[in-house]
Amino acid sequence: MGNQNKTEKPDGKQEFTITVYTENQIGLLNRIAIIFTRRKINIHSLNTSPSEIESIHRFNIVVHETEEVVRKLSRQIEKQVEVLKVYYNTNEDIIWQEMALYKVPTDIIAEKASVERLLRENGARAVVIRKDYTVFETTGHREETDALIKILQPFGLIEFVRSARVAIIKKSDGFNRKLREFEKAEPGDEVIENEYLNKGQRIFTM
Amino acid sequence: MEIEQQALSNPSGVETIEVSGSVAILEALISEGTEVIFGYPGGAIMPIYDALYDYKEKLNHILVRHEQGGIHAGQGFARTSGKVGVVFATSGPGATNLVTGLADAMIDSTPLVCITGQVFAHLLGTDAFQETDVINITTPVTKWNYQITDATEIPEVISKAFYIARSGRPGPVLIDITKNAQIQKFDYGGYTPCNHIRSYRPKPIIRNEYIEQAAALINQAKRPFILWGQGVILGEAEQEFKLFVEKSGIPSAWTILGAGAIPTNHPLNVGMLGMHGNYGPNVLTNDCDVIIAIGMRFDDRVTGRLDKYAKQAKIIHLDIDPSEIDKNVQTTVPVWGDCKETLPALTALIQKKSYPEWLQKFREFEKKEIEAVIQEELNPKSGELTMGEVIHQLNELTQGEAIIVTDVGQHQMVACRYAKFNNTRSNVTSGGLGTMGFALPAAIGAKFGAPERTVVAVIGDGGFQMTLQELGTIMQSSIDVKILILNNRFLGMVRQWQELFNQHRYSFVDIESPDYVALAAAYKIKGKSISERGDIASSLKEMLEYKGSYLLEVMVTKENNVFPMVPQGCSVSEIRLK
Repeated sequence: MGNQNKTEKPDGKQEFTITVYTENQIGLLNRIAIIFTRRKINIHSLNTSPSEIESIHRFNIVVHETEEVVRKLSRQIEKQVEVLKVYYNTNEDIIWQEMALYKVPTDIIAEKASVERLLRENGARAVVIRKDYTVFETTGHREETDALIKILQPFGLIEFVRSARVAIIKKSDGFNRKLREFEKAEPGDEVIENEYLNKGQRIFTM
Repeated sequence: MEIEQQALSNPSGVETIEVSGSVAILEALISEGTEVIFGYPGGAIMPIYDALYDYKEKLNHILVRHEQGGIHAGQGFARTSGKVGVVFATSGPGATNLVTGLADAMIDSTPLVCITGQVFAHLLGTDAFQETDVINITTPVTKWNYQITDATEIPEVISKAFYIARSGRPGPVLIDITKNAQIQKFDYGGYTPCNHIRSYRPKPIIRNEYIEQAAALINQAKRPFILWGQGVILGEAEQEFKLFVEKSGIPSAWTILGAGAIPTNHPLNVGMLGMHGNYGPNVLTNDCDVIIAIGMRFDDRVTGRLDKYAKQAKIIHLDIDPSEIDKNVQTTVPVWGDCKETLPALTALIQKKSYPEWLQKFREFEKKEIEAVIQEELNPKSGELTMGEVIHQLNELTQGEAIIVTDVGQHQMVACRYAKFNNTRSNVTSGGLGTMGFALPAAIGAKFGAPERTVVAVIGDGGFQMTLQELGTIMQSSIDVKILILNNRFLGMVRQWQELFNQHRYSFVDIESPDYVALAAAYKIKGKSISERGDIASSLKEMLEYKGSYLLEVMVTKENNVFPMVPQGCSVSEIRLK
């Protein structure tokens, strides 16, 4: 997993979240993934799930790259037959969350930790409490879920798992209206959105 | 063919008949206008071949000798006909043998529908006999692929396959069909061609503001330069392109796959771009003020060193594929869209002009190139034979009317540099992938794509030995292709690089050949080998006039180099004449 830069570094790279709307099609995940692997670009986080519209899936892909590279990746993804639309955004443009689960021994945590304070301060909740172990859950940014690992580590953290990032684009109106445009044989300007043309002066070679 | 079962009516009232998946596939192919299939049978595609037995009158199946030959033939057919090439192969090795051709078709935007057999659906993932994960293997080298496991999917999937293969930027599509789906009977309700997929926009919407900006740039330009590629041919926009070129009066150069979109002898055609392209077009790329790139993708063999490529110029890029805009070269004005539509729109807005002084510059460079390279290459007075003089003599006889299919290497560069093309869809070569072994099978397909035209396959001694098994196809199906082997007893292009850049360390480029005339004879193909200058014209004439296939081997000088040349890592303006 990569580091967590919120802002652009001197190499021009920063975190981008790519949002992809697709048909629900076997093999499409591979088709999208190889666009990254072919260019030896690491996917930091990948989430795919059904969207608010039946039969349309939504991918959230997080990469750490320059905008130039992300723009080219996005165009290559959008070129795939079963991809409807691709957006890419910086962290400033989106609201995002990751969910994490933590399994700790119940006896230690009950005895040594101030569980109530711990949960409150970290926005966590207990999902399961058993004699032998307890599972906490929290959602937040990477720093927040990381912080709880550090806190629970001294209490014998048994297991930890974190989900991929899910993100909502602040400016987005959703996809319902756009989809209707796509379904027309002659879609309107709505679906084009080539506003990112004419930008950038850097030449990129792969 | 006799319809197998009784007609049924389904609840929607549409007349249906019960057919097998295999019959549905063949019916779909007929509905799409398929005339010829290049294929090779095998276990997992046997039901389709069994159905084909009853379709011999309607579908012409050509039995190739290797699936790679089949797919290259499909490519040759698509290139000369403008239609979708259709290829059959079985599962496992049959399917994996298609991969080179798929990659070639993908990078050169050739429309293909390849149908592969697959093991029974219940055996998928069990390492069954001849099972391979062909969908995942071919994903990076197909525009679209799909696995059918149920016969009812067949009509819709095949119609999508053809639509995707031929529309927008064309490309190869692979449909993998499990054996159970080929056998399965279902209610077939007829075939409806596909013309819309909601997630797929083959043609971007044309933005008039960009057309206007492009026209304004062109109208102000002092030294504009047109670079055109295969997009003009794929878009069937040759006429629109010609009108644009002639009204604009702008010197125009072509990428290797663009050759022939306007005739070689057109007064504004200034020659070929790229590593072994013409002198003027390369040097003056770095002198022009506006580049109008049409249906080309700024491949590295065209641009040379990118950070020294046309930095002084404003770039107008016309392309149907939005991902090509800004991919390699930063565009000033992007003109998205089908050039059949964008070119007339642009032509309407530009002023009629001519650039006599600017055009004269190209002519001056041409003169230098003729003196330094071309004269000696095309008209040597002594010494061993050159590849160029063979092509030159061929031009004299065909007068630019033949289809020239080339393989990959020195002979390809020489043939594409010097062959004359009066017509579009006359130059068939492996451009992007550089697939040795392409020419012989592609020539077979090219002949089916344009049966009334002469097809000459120009091939090196290396590439010929990669797919020479297709002589068997030529023999069995009596295909009239003229095979011209330019034999320099070397893998010439690699040898040239070893000479120039590896201090003459000729590492494994010395290649022996069999007796090609005897080989041709074994396949009942007439053959001849020559090494004397005086025999070239008469032998080529004999080959061209011969009824049926003919193999002519010309022994050419061993260590000739193709020039001009933009060495790798150099700018186009650093092109070398020697």
